[in-house]
Amino acid sequence: MATQINKQLGDNIFLTTLDAAASWGRAHSLWPMPFATACCGIELMSTAASKHDLSRFGSEVMRFSPRQCDLMIVAGRVVMKMLPVLQRIWLQMPEPKWCISMGACACTGGVFDTYAVVQGIDRFMPVDVYVPGCPPRPEQLIRSIIDLQEKIQSGGTINAREFKLRILPEGPSRFDEDELIRIRERNGFKLEDQKYDPVH
Amino acid sequence: MSNETCGSNTSEVEALKSRLADSLSGVTLEWSEFREQVRVVCPANELLKCLSAFKASGFDQLTDLTAVDLLEYGNVNDRFEVVYCLLNIDTGMRLIAKTYLNEPDLTIPSATSVWFGADWLEREVYDMYGIVFSGHPNFKRLLLPDDFQSFPLRKDYPIKGRGERHNFPVITRAES
Repeated sequence: MATQINKQLGDNIFLTTLDAAASWGRAHSLWPMPFATACCGIELMSTAASKHDLSRFGSEVMRFSPRQCDLMIVAGRVVMKMLPVLQRIWLQMPEPKWCISMGACACTGGVFDTYAVVQGIDRFMPVDVYVPGCPPRPEQLIRSIIDLQEKIQSGGTINAREFKLRILPEGPSRFDEDELIRIRERNGFKLEDQKYDPVH
Repeated sequence: MSNETCGSNTSEVEALKSRLADSLSGVTLEWSEFREQVRVVCPANELLKCLSAFKASGFDQLTDLTAVDLLEYGNVNDRFEVVYCLLNIDTGMRLIAKTYLNEPDLTIPSATSVWFGADWLEREVYDMYGIVFSGHPNFKRLLLPDDFQSFPLRKDYPIKGRGERHNFPVITRAES
């Protein structure tokens, strides 16, 4: 029976699931939102420009309105004044949406381990792909987009069920050296008492 | 701090001192010089009078206004030092005027009535050191958020902050 149908229809029909068809379409038409705050933004521009040409991979349509995007690329350091803006833009993007954290600063704060710089955006919002580098080369960003496309195609669903499972914060826990400093201050730690360096 | 004087500067400084002698007769100024940089320390309670006199004697541009926290800085007794860098545009002479401040009274008169360019500079000094400039037309923080509690360039403030950078809601993927 099946061979009979195959003979008659040939290559004119192929069967798939709705999930796979939707994911295939989504993966190859990513519209990035360039949230560029530092030198990673220059590499992001270079990735989209003619030499590296991101459009070969189906995600060249950079949109500067979050309403029209489905991929947030956070390129650069995010300070405590900028983080509420970043979260608001993320919430304004329509589903389904993904996030790439590009560069050392967006992933971990990088060398900016100070009071004003957020130590990794994944502490406060979900991230799908991390790109290391300071700044990463355009090839690395292209690789991250290919990886994200694979992730979408392997696990994507038409009604975005896979996102409903991610109910826990995905970043590192809040305890770090800053907490340690605050605990020591609470216990009467003074600057002139001891040379306390939490890093070394 | 040695008192290295440079020959070309001395006559200019003497001329400046004589010009200031009338308007600042009752004020004690501490003059010093290091590598052709002329510095003068003014008493904090006579600061506005001194600055007005400097402007009247030719220093018509305030190139910079900043502060230094002198906590644990060698043999100094004062906590804060507010620095005014002045420039005489006609002669090119520069003057660094300083004044010392101590807790708990960290209030000095604003220099905006003398040089209006002090507006943002004073707001930045307040932002980072908590020094209050009375008489400023729009006195609030310049760089940090309005609800920030500390003054981060003070030496007793930890470099990683007191948790301000972690004080945000966490958005999980399911609820975004």
